[in-house]
Amino acid sequence: MSTAKAAAADKSATETSEQYLTFMLAGEEYGVDILRVQEIKGWDKVTRIPHTPDYVLGVINLRGAVVPILDLRRRFGLETIVFGPTTVVIVVRVMSGLTERTVGMVVDAVSEVYNVDAADTKPPPDVCGSVDTVFVKALATVEEKMLILLDIDRLIGNSIADGLAPGVAAA
Amino acid sequence: MTLDPEMAEIAKVFFQESREGLDVMESGLLSLDATADTENINTIFRAAHSIKGGSATFGFVEVADFTHGVETLLDQMRNGVRPVTPEAIQTLLQACDCLREMVAATEAEKPLDKDRIAALNADITHILGEPVHQAPTPGAHQGASDAGAVDNARPGIAALNQHSGWRIAFEPVADLLRVRNEPTRMFAELEGMGAFTARADVSRLPPLDELDPETCYLSWNIEIAGEIPRARLDEVFDWVDSRCRLEIVPIGDSAAAAAEPAGNAAPHPPGAASADARSAAAEAQRGPAIAAAPAQKAAGESGSIRVATEKVDNIINLVGELLITQSMLSGFADGIDPDDLDRLRQGLSQLARNTRELQESVMQIRMLPISFAFNRFPRIVHDLSRKLGKKVELKLSGEGTELDKTVLEKISDPLVHLVRNALDHGLESPDRRLAAGKQETGTIELAAFHEGGNIIIEVRDDGAGLNKPKILQKARERALIAADMDLSDEQIDNLIFMPGFSTAEQVSDVSGRGVGMDVVRRNINDLGGHVQISSKEGLGSTIRIRLPLTLAILDGQLVRVGKEVYVISLLAIVETIQVGRERVNTLAGRTEVFRLRDEYLPVIKLCDQFGVEPDSRSATDGLLVVVEADGKRAGVLVDELLAQQQVVIKSLESNFKPVSGIAGATILGDGTVALIIDVPDFIREAVKRSGAVNAHAA
Repeated sequence: MSTAKAAAADKSATETSEQYLTFMLAGEEYGVDILRVQEIKGWDKVTRIPHTPDYVLGVINLRGAVVPILDLRRRFGLETIVFGPTTVVIVVRVMSGLTERTVGMVVDAVSEVYNVDAADTKPPPDVCGSVDTVFVKALATVEEKMLILLDIDRLIGNSIADGLAPGVAAA
Repeated sequence: MTLDPEMAEIAKVFFQESREGLDVMESGLLSLDATADTENINTIFRAAHSIKGGSATFGFVEVADFTHGVETLLDQMRNGVRPVTPEAIQTLLQACDCLREMVAATEAEKPLDKDRIAALNADITHILGEPVHQAPTPGAHQGASDAGAVDNARPGIAALNQHSGWRIAFEPVADLLRVRNEPTRMFAELEGMGAFTARADVSRLPPLDELDPETCYLSWNIEIAGEIPRARLDEVFDWVDSRCRLEIVPIGDSAAAAAEPAGNAAPHPPGAASADARSAAAEAQRGPAIAAAPAQKAAGESGSIRVATEKVDNIINLVGELLITQSMLSGFADGIDPDDLDRLRQGLSQLARNTRELQESVMQIRMLPISFAFNRFPRIVHDLSRKLGKKVELKLSGEGTELDKTVLEKISDPLVHLVRNALDHGLESPDRRLAAGKQETGTIELAAFHEGGNIIIEVRDDGAGLNKPKILQKARERALIAADMDLSDEQIDNLIFMPGFSTAEQVSDVSGRGVGMDVVRRNINDLGGHVQISSKEGLGSTIRIRLPLTLAILDGQLVRVGKEVYVISLLAIVETIQVGRERVNTLAGRTEVFRLRDEYLPVIKLCDQFGVEPDSRSATDGLLVVVEADGKRAGVLVDELLAQQQVVIKSLESNFKPVSGIAGATILGDGTVALIIDVPDFIREAVKRSGAVNAHAA
């Protein structure tokens, strides 16, 4: 987190802009609100959890807390790859219902920290690549690139709740 | 009544203390049944007095006034003026209940049940043998009822005096303000009692640049005119009397009182002549009774501290971490330079010992004696036996046995249920007991003790015992068991824990609605415990509850399946066996069962349940861990048994969600997470799943 923040500090923030940490997933660049990012860590072995959807890879020990790890590629139904040296886990804090949870997301690589001006964002179109648009907060254009800004509360909240139905678990 | 936030914080303590005080009163009153010893009445009186004082301080007038009547009655009993009759005790018990509700209502800022209060007030006044009068309001505390109610609670304080006024020298210690006492608030209260003048002594006041705003440099000489009972003044100073030099003398009597040597007969203060001579004599014996003694500890005070559970949980978590670090280090020690190894090992073993000790002592904070749960029973049995017209003696033993606060809280209700059942169904009516050649008075025993790493709680009665033929008949009627099933006596007894089972001939409002024993069993199972009943016809029944010491730590057996490690609670494990091929059979081509002595148990393959790749899928290659939950047994197939160790239970839900078959997670010595198997749920899940597999067998 500290490196991300330091990088962020270099860029001048305006009143209406928010900072986003971006990461790569199957060639697309996604952004999450940097204030939600707790830390970035390398991929490590997880303990599998039975009766959960395949995108729940398992849980890890994060300084004494048991934290679930989700594979975003699987979550979005993208083809899976072998985890490589750039594969990282972005640990985020999300609100799920009334409780705050700490959850890790496996992504291909972290990319940048951008200031995104509210004026530069657009609502997502009905079709937005491979990602279900309910999880997309907005699209932003930064340095002529398109960023997909994710609503992680909804994304992770749904991901966790999904597994609750026994039907899904049995599938 | 709204208080400012600071006062509200203190008021919270008052509410809690009041509840404790009421518990003390209640248990005291119940033991008064047998003996009317003065020490006991004193204890009850002191509890009532503290509630009165506290409520008056916070301005909870109704509570203070109501308690005042109770206190008066108790004081008369204590002085032997009033006989201790069962009726009076009953009234006082009701008053306790009423007070408890009043305290609760006041805390919740809800309206009080005025009718009930008035009715009980009338009862008390009736007992006091006085004409019914309205509950006294502050400032009008004189009159006959006060005569007995004056503060006798603390030796060293004068009994009652009524005269023209008081002179008070109040010299607080320097840190009075720091402990959040506010003299002006006290003065405001005094001012309400009568003509009030206070002169501050500023002689100790330092120059302005040396003044510490939080230090109290002042002392006061106060005169207050009017016929004010001494007790009212004491109440005002009650909160500060250990933090000040306090002299309270009747006006015009100071010289006499001050000069009066201890033990001599006291010249009565003006106006006191009409007072109860006994009190005056008592005062004389206690000496001049001028400087306030430090508050005397009430009998039965446990010397405990109040700690927020949250804080304790935090420490417990931290200690859990420490334990993990330690086992992580131990792991490292196996692979480093042999020269340093000995020293490292030594250090590590010390660390291990320290952490273990630390953990134990921290766990102790959460442990409470089971008396917290047992204390309700004298009252429950008392009330219930009256209602049912049965004679019962309740025996408690092992009240000091400690168990985890959470377990304690959750075991209380099931215990109440069991005791009620024992009283209602177990014990016979007095005439039936006599007819059966037993003593008229039945006995219910509640016992708690340690056994192994568990707490055992037993509820025993010497009643009729369970009616086995009837249970069997009922179970068959309700198709809970097969009509031709042969059951041992023990198995029959334990049928009463089946859902929807009640043999009460007559449904009373005490028990017998058929919800109950199964709920009791489920609650106990949820705590990781186990309940069993055994009974002998005509001799009584014993219900035995086995509980783990704590919910935060579990004695676990680590098992390996493929690359995964799981933890199974040792409490759930019956045994672990290797079975030969000849003892394994297949049912309907799918479900495997194996024979363990005289019963057939299903094989649950952990690998299939949890979808992991095992070393072997054959029941004969691996090990079968025989587990038991909810009275069901099954063999769980695993690849290997690893160590047995205590594990710290971590919740999966805090960051994820509940997962069926999993009770939680723990962190092993190597820092990895291992899942803890929820045995009852695991078995249920497996049964469901095998059905599902059969259904869409592909």
